[in-house]
Parts: sequence; C-alpha cells; structure tokens
Amino acid sequence: MAYTLEGSTGTWEIVCGLEVHAQVISHSKLFSGASAEYGGEPNAHVSFVDAAFPGMLPVINRECVAQAVRTGLGLDAKINLWSRFDRKNYFYADLPQGYQISQFAHPIVGEGVVEVTLADGSTKEIGVTRLHLEQDAGKSLHDQDPTKSFIDLNRSGVALMEIVSEPDIRSPEEAGAYLTKLRQILRYLGTCDGNMDEGSMRADVNVSVRKAGEEFRTRCEIKNVNSIRFVMLAVEAEAKRQIMVWEDGGEVTQETRLFDPTRNETRSMRSKEDAHDYRYFPDPDLLPLILDQDWVNGLKALLPELPDAKTARFVADYGLNAYDARILVMEQATADFYETLARGRDAKLAANWMMGDFFAALNRTGRSIENSPVSAANLGALIDLIADNTINGRIAKEVFEAMVETGDAPGAIVEAKGLRQVTDTGAIDTAVDAVLAANADKVAQFKGGAEKLFGFFVGQVMKAMAGKGNPALVNEALKRKLS
Amino acid sequence: MFEYTLATARDALRARKISARELTTAYSGAISALNPEINAYITETPELALAQADAADAALAKGEHGALTGIPLAIKDLFCTKGVRTTAGSKILSPFIPPYESTVTANLLRDGAVFLGKANLDEFAMGSSNMTSAYGAVTNPWTRHGDNRPLVPGGSSGGSAAAVAARMALGATATDTGGSIRQPAAFCGIVGIKPTYGRCSRWGVVAFASSLDQAGPVARTVEDCAILLGSMAGFDPKDSTSADMPVPDFAAACKRGVKGLRIGVPREYRMEGMAPEIEALWQQGLAWLRDAGATIVDVSLPHTKYGLATYYIVAPAEASSNLARYDGVRYGARSAGHDLTELYENTRADGFGAEVKRRIMIGTYVLSAGYYDAYYLKAQKVRALILKDFTDVFRDVDALLTPATPTAAFGQGEKMDDPVTMYLNDVFTVPVNMAGLPGLALPTGLDATGLPLGLQVIGRPFDEETVFAVSAALERAAGFTALPTHRAGA
Amino acid sequence: MSLDPAAVRRIARLARLRVDDAQVTQIQGELNAILGWIDQLNEVDVTGVEPLTGGALMAMRMREDVVTDGAQAEAVLSNAPERDGPFYTVPKVVE
Repeated sequence: MAYTLEGSTGTWEIVCGLEVHAQVISHSKLFSGASAEYGGEPNAHVSFVDAAFPGMLPVINRECVAQAVRTGLGLDAKINLWSRFDRKNYFYADLPQGYQISQFAHPIVGEGVVEVTLADGSTKEIGVTRLHLEQDAGKSLHDQDPTKSFIDLNRSGVALMEIVSEPDIRSPEEAGAYLTKLRQILRYLGTCDGNMDEGSMRADVNVSVRKAGEEFRTRCEIKNVNSIRFVMLAVEAEAKRQIMVWEDGGEVTQETRLFDPTRNETRSMRSKEDAHDYRYFPDPDLLPLILDQDWVNGLKALLPELPDAKTARFVADYGLNAYDARILVMEQATADFYETLARGRDAKLAANWMMGDFFAALNRTGRSIENSPVSAANLGALIDLIADNTINGRIAKEVFEAMVETGDAPGAIVEAKGLRQVTDTGAIDTAVDAVLAANADKVAQFKGGAEKLFGFFVGQVMKAMAGKGNPALVNEALKRKLS
Repeated sequence: MFEYTLATARDALRARKISARELTTAYSGAISALNPEINAYITETPELALAQADAADAALAKGEHGALTGIPLAIKDLFCTKGVRTTAGSKILSPFIPPYESTVTANLLRDGAVFLGKANLDEFAMGSSNMTSAYGAVTNPWTRHGDNRPLVPGGSSGGSAAAVAARMALGATATDTGGSIRQPAAFCGIVGIKPTYGRCSRWGVVAFASSLDQAGPVARTVEDCAILLGSMAGFDPKDSTSADMPVPDFAAACKRGVKGLRIGVPREYRMEGMAPEIEALWQQGLAWLRDAGATIVDVSLPHTKYGLATYYIVAPAEASSNLARYDGVRYGARSAGHDLTELYENTRADGFGAEVKRRIMIGTYVLSAGYYDAYYLKAQKVRALILKDFTDVFRDVDALLTPATPTAAFGQGEKMDDPVTMYLNDVFTVPVNMAGLPGLALPTGLDATGLPLGLQVIGRPFDEETVFAVSAALERAAGFTALPTHRAGA
Repeated sequence: MSLDPAAVRRIARLARLRVDDAQVTQIQGELNAILGWIDQLNEVDVTGVEPLTGGALMAMRMREDVVTDGAQAEAVLSNAPERDGPFYTVPKVVE
C-alpha cells in the first residue's frame, strides 16, 4: 500500500531522492599524502596541497579509486573505465583552493540499484544514478570567538564518494530503509564506516510532493542531515510544509534548506542567496582517470559476501526465516559471530540464543559485537553443555549471566559453582519423596483431581535441588510417585 | 669575469681557474651596480649566494662537481624558494615566504647552482612587457641607437631575460605560458627555450594556466640553455602532468648539426604588416640551415591565426580558478573586511593589479553558466585543431623555423592603451604552447635601430634534442656577438 | 557577446573582486574589447572535433595509499595573516 499524506485538497504523494556523501576509508587523502584519519589536532593532518599553497598540485590515491570501484560493484553499478575530474568553483572559508576537485560530467560509477526490505516484508528497488569521487572540505568553527570563525583544514581533501539515488523513494520509511541498506553495504565493503554522528556519512535530501498521476513538481534540498532518523523526520516535515504551501495557493520555490530536529521542521538556508554558478571545467592539473578492466575484475573477485547474498545463504543453509536472517546479517561482525556459533550446532538454537539473551546482554552492558564480553566460542560451549545435558535451560541462563560478568568459559563456571545438572535418579527420588512427604495434603488434593498442583511439586523439587535437577527425570519421578 | 658563458665558467670552475666565490661576488656586484636602473631583481640574496658559492668551492676542491656547481643564476620570482620571499610579481604575495622548494629549483640546488636572487616578472606571469609587476617595470639593457628611452625586456620573464642580458646572472629560470620565455629572450638578445609540456615539473611554480605553463631556462647561448634544461628537467611524481621520460643529453645534441634534417616554414607565420627586417632575418635563417645541409620545406599550419584568441580564452579561464586561492586567509596580504565576502573582495581587489583582474574576469565569464560551450569548450576544440596542424606537419619535417616576435623590443608605456595590442606580441609563440611543443628563441640579427631580433625553432613533443641541434647550427651561422649598452663588464 | 554593467558586477562578484562604481565603465570597455576580439573563433568549424586539454600525456598515474605528508601545522600556519593558536581565523561566518 503506497504511502500518502492527506491534505485539504486531496491525497498527496512524496517524491524523494537522496545524495549521500560517504567518506572513503583510506590512510591518506584523495589528492594529497596527508592523513585521512578522523580527528587529530587542528591542522595537523594538512599538507601544503590541502592548504592550497601556491604551486601545489594534486596526485590521486589509488586506494580511494579502488574503494569507489568496490562500492560501485557492491551497488551492481556500471564501472566507467574512463572518467574525469572537474573543478567546482566557489568561495568559502573551508575551501582553500577556491574550488573543489569533483567529477561532474564523467563520474567513475554509473547506474546501479539498492534493494530494500520494508517492515511489511515487501521489497523495493531504489535506483542509483551515479557515484563519483570528490574532495571533502575543511571545517569552520563558528562558536569559538564572538567575532571570528576558526578554520581547521584536517578534513580538507579527504576522499568522498557522492552517491546519488534516483527519485524513486516514496515515503520516510523507504528513505530510512535505503540509507540503512546503503550504509550496511558500505560497511560490508569496508569502503566507508557509515558513522553519521562523526560525519563520515551525510545525506542531502531532495523532497517534492505531487498528486497521484502528476509529473514531478518543484523540489527542495535539505542539506547535511546527519542521522537516518532525522532523514526520515525531515522527509515528512518537508513534505508537509510543501503540501501546505501548495494548498494555500502558493508555489514551492526551489531552495536549499536545513532540518531543525528540535522543532521538527526545515528552514531556508540564509547564506545561499542565489544559485551558485560553479563554472565546472576539467581540472587541468589532472589527466583522465583510466581504469584497467583486469584491475576492476581483480577487485570484484576479492569483494566480501554482501548482505543480500549472505541473508539468502543463511536462510538456505541454516534454515532461518528471512526476518531472523536479516537481523543476524545486519553487521558483518554479527554474521561472522553467528556462523562461528552455529558451526556444528543446532542453527536455530544458536540463533535464538544470539537474538535473545546475547543481544540483550550487549545492550545492557553497552557493548558491541566487536568487544563482546562473551566470545562466540564460549557461547557455543554453553550451547553444547545444554545439548549434552550437563546443565538445564534454567541453569544455562544463570551460567550465561556469569559469563557476561567475568568473560570466563561456561565449563569453568559450571564446575566452580557446582551447577552440573543432577541426573542421578536415586538423588531425584530422594528429593521427590521428601517433597511429597512434606506436602501430604497437596498430594491428596492432586490425587483428588487438582492436576495443576503438579507444577507446584516440580517447583518444590527443583528448589530442594537448587535448580539442578534434570527436568525430564524430575517429571518422570514425580509422575511415577504420584500415580 | 663576465666574458664567461655558463659552459665556459663551468669548465673554469672545474679547472679551479676561478673560484665560485669570485664568480658570485662579481655577479652580486653587478646586481648592486645595475639593478637600480634595470630592476631585474625583486629580491636580492647576496649572503645566501655567497654561502652557496662557498659550499660549491668546498665541493670543487674535493673534485666533486654537479652539473652546475658554483654557477650563479637568477630565479624567476614565480618559483617558490624555501625561506626566500616569493611574490609572483604581485602585492598579494608580498609577505609570502614559502616553506617548501619548487622541484625545478631543488633540482638546480641539487646540481650545485648558486641563487643570486628572485627575478622580476609580469604579475602572475600575465604579460608581455614586464610592465605589470607590482615591483616596478624592468628596463631592457638594450636601447635603440642614439635613443636612450627605456624599452621593455618583454614578458612575463622580463627580469630573467634582462638579468642574463645585462650580465647580472649567468643564466636564469623562467616560465612560458604563451611566450613568456621566448619573447623576452628575443627582445633581450639571448636564448630561451620552453620545453615540451610535462618535461619540467610544475610543482612549486605559482600556477597561471595549468595546461600551458612550462618552466625553462634563459641564458646567453644555446649550449648554456641545454645545460640548464638538463638540470631543470625530469619526472616528478608530485606533478600529475609530469612526463615519465628520461632526460636526454641536451648539451650533446647541440653538436649534432642539421645534415639531412627537414625544416618546415609555415606560411601562415608570414603576417600582414610584419617588419621587412624580420622577413629578411627569417630568410637568412633558412639559408643558413640550407647551407648546413638541411632541406627547407614549405608547410601549412592553417589554424595559426586562431592561436591567440584560443589562448586568451583558455589561459584566463584556468587562471581565474588557479588564482581563487589568493584570498588573504592562509598566506599573503590581507585587507580588512566586515564579513568573509568583504574580506575576499577587498583583499583581491587591493592585491591584484589591473591586468590580472581583467584576465580573472574574462576567465570567470567564459566559464560561467551559458557561456562555457561557446567559449571554453570551443576554444579547446580549436586547440585540438591547432595541435593536429602541427602533428600532420611533423610527419614530413623534423622542426619548424619561424620568427620569434613580430617586432623588436618596444618602449615602456607603448601598447598600454588597449590590452589587445599587447596580446598581439605573442602571435608566433602562443600556438606552440597550445600544442605543448618545445620551442626555442635565439638572437640572429639586429634591426635598423640596433635592437636584437630572434628566430624561433619548434620541435616535436619531447624532441628538444632536434630543437637544440637546429638552434645551435643557426647560432654558429649567425655569429651574433652584439651586446647591450647596459651590462656588467662593459 | 557584449557585457553590460550588471554583467560586469555579476562577474566581479563571482570572482570576489571588489569593483567600485567608478571603475565599472572602464572595465566594461576593456572586457568587451577582448571579448569582441575573441569572437573571431566563431569562424572556425569544429564539427566532430574532440576538445583537447594538456599536450601529449596519457592516463593519470595513481599513488600508493601511504601517509607521506602533514604533521606540520606550524609550517602550514607559518604565513597566516591571522591565526588563533592552531587555527586560521576569518570574520565570523553566519550560516
């Protein structure tokens, strides 16, 4: 069912396209040998090239090119073996050259596609128009001094991939799903870490609205939205704003806006008075970028298994349902953890343990899979102890909590705490006899027909055995002695 | 002391007939005496030079000698020299002290050269007269017979050429974007070569028009230029447009002679209104080459006349972008402004001269929305046609001989009313930049007023050797020994 | 192509060059003279011609992904007309 918004004059559709700027993972910058690492003392990751000193020249970083190609391959996109860099000319405090080296006419990657799965389980393909490489700008700090802005060029020249989607997105949910999937693919490929809060991935959101069956109306661009949640809110807020403009008899004017999350609305950007004339022309300090098909093939051969393929394999090989598989595949590290866990074990049991107690423990302790207090090996060992009846399910939970706290192996914890399941029928019989003897009145009631009391007896026996009784054997002994 | 050419000074130094200190002291003295009048230098560095000379003497004493050990040079103030002020002839860089050395000057230092100072130039290398420098005009050491009105040395490398001609340096570095080595060399009666695009590194050279700029030497003789170019040239991984080609022995090529070579004479270089003396000199040059064993061939370069218009679209366009970095924020002069836009507008209006501003505006316009196709894109297509003209012709000939300039040096203040008049000076040199080819200018005669006139030899890409061979043959035949009035050791 | 005063001002603004009212007419004249002269390119037929950029060079050389530069904040700031500690400073920008 298509997403629509109701206005006073009828039903409206949203049309949305996203331009994502993703910082490339690399050691040095796109056109200079300075470090591309996040942070650092101000202006410490800056070469004379980045600071645009007189006579400085750009030389391209092969790894940044490779990362762009890998990303293109991960988006099932056309790799353009011939592409070119252009200068985008404008003046700003964080742009030392007075131009940004980008790709305008001939990007390195052409058309591709991202498949998203929505909450109702349906899938949709969102088209990717192109991907190109460009330089990131530096940072201006406007809050350090009352009359001055401070400039730090550390980020100036870091490689960015600009990934442009087709205007195929029709709802805030689709926008969120697209960004989530794109981020996932980039993280799987290792080409961008997708940390929107650190600014290594940012989205410009293009939104317009229309009535069903219409051509596209004027769109507005909301710049630099830095979380997936804000993107979804911004899409909705802007769509509603535009609907109001149209329904009031006005016209939406094409402009650049910013999203204000505290007010949940967009506002016009003051500094962008009129449209920039970027005077694009081919950068004369650079030659065309020509890639060897063999080199591209080599990169393709070494790509990791991507989320969609991994999800399908988990469903096929581990018998998981698609929903569970998608959760386990969300992050590469999670998927790897699962596969280590599930190897040689009951795949569904492994999945349940991960998605239940294990994820809960990570949340509670604020940890991630990468620094998990419980290793896959140890969690697997715990599952093995249940499978071979060394411990029962209830005790396992106790052991797991201890594992989270100490990081110790389950076997050691079971021994240390004496938590081995009791399977000695003699001991069980003794415990059962004692409980029945102590509760003669309830025994009589049970025999008189109060079947629910069976659970009471089980509980009492377990309590007497400090939980360590083998539940199946306890049940069997009780049944025997109560009949 | 001033009789030595670079080549013979080198021999004398190696033979310990003279010391580097003596040579440098003599030249520093020449600068003190002559620079107030000629203004070839913006920044003089006599102490630095002496220290370098002493180091050279120490090396020579040990029997170590690089290609240029102890040779005193002027460095066009477009090359960033570490720790030494570099202005590009502009107010906007008057306080700029580069924390790095350009690759070309680093190569010269590696080979033992001594730097006497930074040579004057048209602001940001934009000009053909050295009248646009923020540090004053340069006066040509030559004057007309019986007329001591100051003449221009040509530009933009006017300071470099004047310094060499007046014996204020034994050689100099220069750059050429539309003729800025060849035209001042011709006006000052010395030799200058613009090598193939990509032969010398542009790293550390203040950029004017990136697809056209090339560094090259000016010196007294063809051989001197060959020696200098041998040091200046070479692949630089820091410059993406640097050619990964080995540097041949240019000096050896000077001895080759021209037997069996085919020399093209492009008919379109015979321009309306050209002075008859230039035509005569050109014919004389062809005769000398014929006598030396070359075959002369008439050729056609049909798009020659469009070279200038193409140049004055492409070069300003690239310059408008290359000069955007001069904004008063990270280096150079800054003017006050209440906000960022005012800061930029005031800094640039105050810091740039009129010619630079004109070219930035032309460049901005031809790249702007709606005009890119009609101007810039079209110019780059015409440029392709100009290159094709040369490529076609070079299937049949090995080099071309043309005049270097349409006139001899003109008076300071002339041709200033209309920018276009000044631009026409580059008519013979510009097509060579558009095609990226090597071109050399050498003096072969004097005009009626006693001013030097030069011819230009153009070669195939990366075939500077043939250019040197042809030029050296012409130099031998011409026997040009005239010297300017204002010079050291006169 | 001929420029009017508004076009001159627009170009000057794009290029961040302050142009005083008194200068506009002269600049307009000079630029128009140059542009008129450049217009001779209209004569040339460029059908089917690919635009050229730099000389005789081939494909772009790529460099290894190693940190070889930076860690020189003082040198980078050494020529700053205005600075505050490790930062360049400019009049405050309001976004």
